[in-house]
Amino acid sequence: MDTKYTYTEKKDTRSGFGDGLLEAGRRNENVVALCADLIGSLKMGAFQKEFPERFFQMGISEANMIGAAAGLTIGGKIPFTGTFANFSTGRVYDQIRQSVAYSEKNVKICASHAGLTLGEDGATHQILEDIGMMKMLPNMTVINPCDYNQTKAATIAIAEHEGPVYLRFGRPKWPIFTPENQEFEIGKAWKMIEGTDVTIFATGHLVWEAVEAEAILRAEGISVELINIHTIKPLDIEAILTSVAKTGCAVSAEEHQFNGGLNDSIAQTLIRNQPAPLEFVGVDDSFGESGKPEELLEKYGLNAKNIVEAAKKAISRK
Amino acid sequence: MGCTEFFVALYFDQMTNNSDFNLDGPGEDLFFLSNGHISPVWYSVLARSGYFKTSELKTFRKLNSRLQGHPATEERLPGIRIASGSLGQGLSVGIGAAFAKKINKDDKTVYVLMGDGEQQEGQIWEAALSAPHHKLDNLIATIDLNGQQIDGPTKDIINLGDLKAKWEAFGWEVIDTEHGNDMSGVVKGLEKAKSLLGKGKPVMNLLHTEMGYGVDFMVGTHKWHGVAPNDEQLENALGQLKETLGDY
Repeated sequence: MDTKYTYTEKKDTRSGFGDGLLEAGRRNENVVALCADLIGSLKMGAFQKEFPERFFQMGISEANMIGAAAGLTIGGKIPFTGTFANFSTGRVYDQIRQSVAYSEKNVKICASHAGLTLGEDGATHQILEDIGMMKMLPNMTVINPCDYNQTKAATIAIAEHEGPVYLRFGRPKWPIFTPENQEFEIGKAWKMIEGTDVTIFATGHLVWEAVEAEAILRAEGISVELINIHTIKPLDIEAILTSVAKTGCAVSAEEHQFNGGLNDSIAQTLIRNQPAPLEFVGVDDSFGESGKPEELLEKYGLNAKNIVEAAKKAISRK
Repeated sequence: MGCTEFFVALYFDQMTNNSDFNLDGPGEDLFFLSNGHISPVWYSVLARSGYFKTSELKTFRKLNSRLQGHPATEERLPGIRIASGSLGQGLSVGIGAAFAKKINKDDKTVYVLMGDGEQQEGQIWEAALSAPHHKLDNLIATIDLNGQQIDGPTKDIINLGDLKAKWEAFGWEVIDTEHGNDMSGVVKGLEKAKSLLGKGKPVMNLLHTEMGYGVDFMVGTHKWHGVAPNDEQLENALGQLKETLGDY
C-alpha cells in the first residue's frame, strides 16, 4: 500500500512511555514514579533501576497509589502513576476527582493496555470509556498518542506541564511511523496530510489505520486531510474548524466508545460552530471480548476499511 | 467539637508550622484532614493560628467563600493543601507527602486525622498496609474515636472491632489517647506519638473523644453530625462555652 507515512519497525506504545519516563527522570530530579504491581507491563523497570529512591511499588492498591501521588506533589514532586487504563480511571475515579483534579495536583496518570487492542484478556481489561471519564473532569488534560515515538515525546512533555494529565497508551506492537525525537506540543493538533474532500481526525492506534485509509481513498481519487488529535483535552478547536471549513465533512476515529470519546468532542465542536457531516469510527455502546488485536478491530469496525467507508459516507452527506 | 482539643494542641503547641502559608511546606510539619466534614473546627483553629482573619469564618458555606463546606484548594484558603470530604483518601495523601519529605531529606512530620466511621472505607486499609511496608516513620495518623456516624453508633452500623489490634497487625505503632477531650491528655498523647517516630514504623494515635463535647445537649449523640443549631440552640451552646464568646 502506498501510504504517505511508512514504517520499518513495530513497537508497543507502552515502551514509548517507559523510555520517555526514564528520559524525563534524567532531565528532572523531581520526577518520581509509582506502580501498582505492573512494572513489566508498564515498562517502568528502567526508571526503577536507575532511580530506586524515586520509585514506589504500591502493590495492587490503586486508590492508595493515586492518593499517595497527590501527596507527593506537596513537596514539589512530579509523580507518574502506572497501571492498566481500566485501573487508572474507573477503579479510582473518585480519588482522581477529589485528590487530583479538584485539588489541582501535578499528577501524571499513565495508563497502558487501553482499548480493544489489549487483546486476549478480554472486556474486563479493555476499557473503552476512560477518555470520557477523564475529559469530563475539570483541570484534567487528556492525551492519547499514536505510536512509540509520539508516546515517548508526550511522556517527556507532560513532565514539563504543570497540572493533572491522563496519558493513554497500549499493549500491542504497532507501526512506528512518526519521527524520532519529535517536538510534542500539548493541545496542538498535527496535520499529517493535506487534502480537500474529507478530514479524518484520528487518535491513538487508529491514526495508523487512518494513514492506510488515506492511501486507499487516494487511489480512488479522494483527497483526504488527516489530522492527528493526540490531545483530546484541551482540544485544538481552531485546527478542527479550519480543516472542516475547507473539506466540508469529517470522520473521527478512535479506540473508544462513541459516548465520551474524541467523537463527541469533535461533534460538539462542529455543532456549536459550523455544522457539517461527521461520521464516527469507534465502539458503539458495547464491551469488547477476547481475541487478537487485528481481529477485534475488524469485528468492532475500527480498522482502515471502516474509516474508508465512513469517509465516503461523510462525503455523500455533504 | 470532639476534636477541638486535638486541633488546638496540634496548631498551638505540637506542630512546627508556618501560618505564612506555603503549600509545599518545606521544613514544616504538615497536617491533612481526611474526614473533611469537620471543616468548621479546622477553619476555626486555622483562623486563630493566623492563617486568615477570624472575620472570614462568617462566610463558611456561603457563595463565593474560600471556606467551602468541605475543605478545598481551588479558592486558595491558606492552610488547606488538598480537598477532602469524600472519605478514605487522606491517609494515602499523607503517605505521599511523607514520601516527599523522605526524598527531600526534610525531617519534619506528617499528621493525618481520620474519623472512626471512615474506617469502613477500603482505601484506608490499602494505606494501612502501605505505610509500614515503606517504613514511613515520619507519619502520625490519628483516628477520632467518637463511636458515632451519621446513621447511628458505629458499633451498630458496621462494627470496627478492635482497632488497636487491627492497626498493630498491619505493622503500626499504636497508642491510645484515652482522654481525647482533656487538653493535657491530648498533648501527652501527641508527645508519646512523636517519641515513637524515626524507628521504622508509622504511628497511629487512637483518640478517644466524645462527639459534641462541651455542650450538654450535643454530647455523645450522632444527632448533630450534619445539623446546625438554630439561633436559640446556638445561644445556649455558646453560653456553655464562655471562652468562645466575643471573637466570632
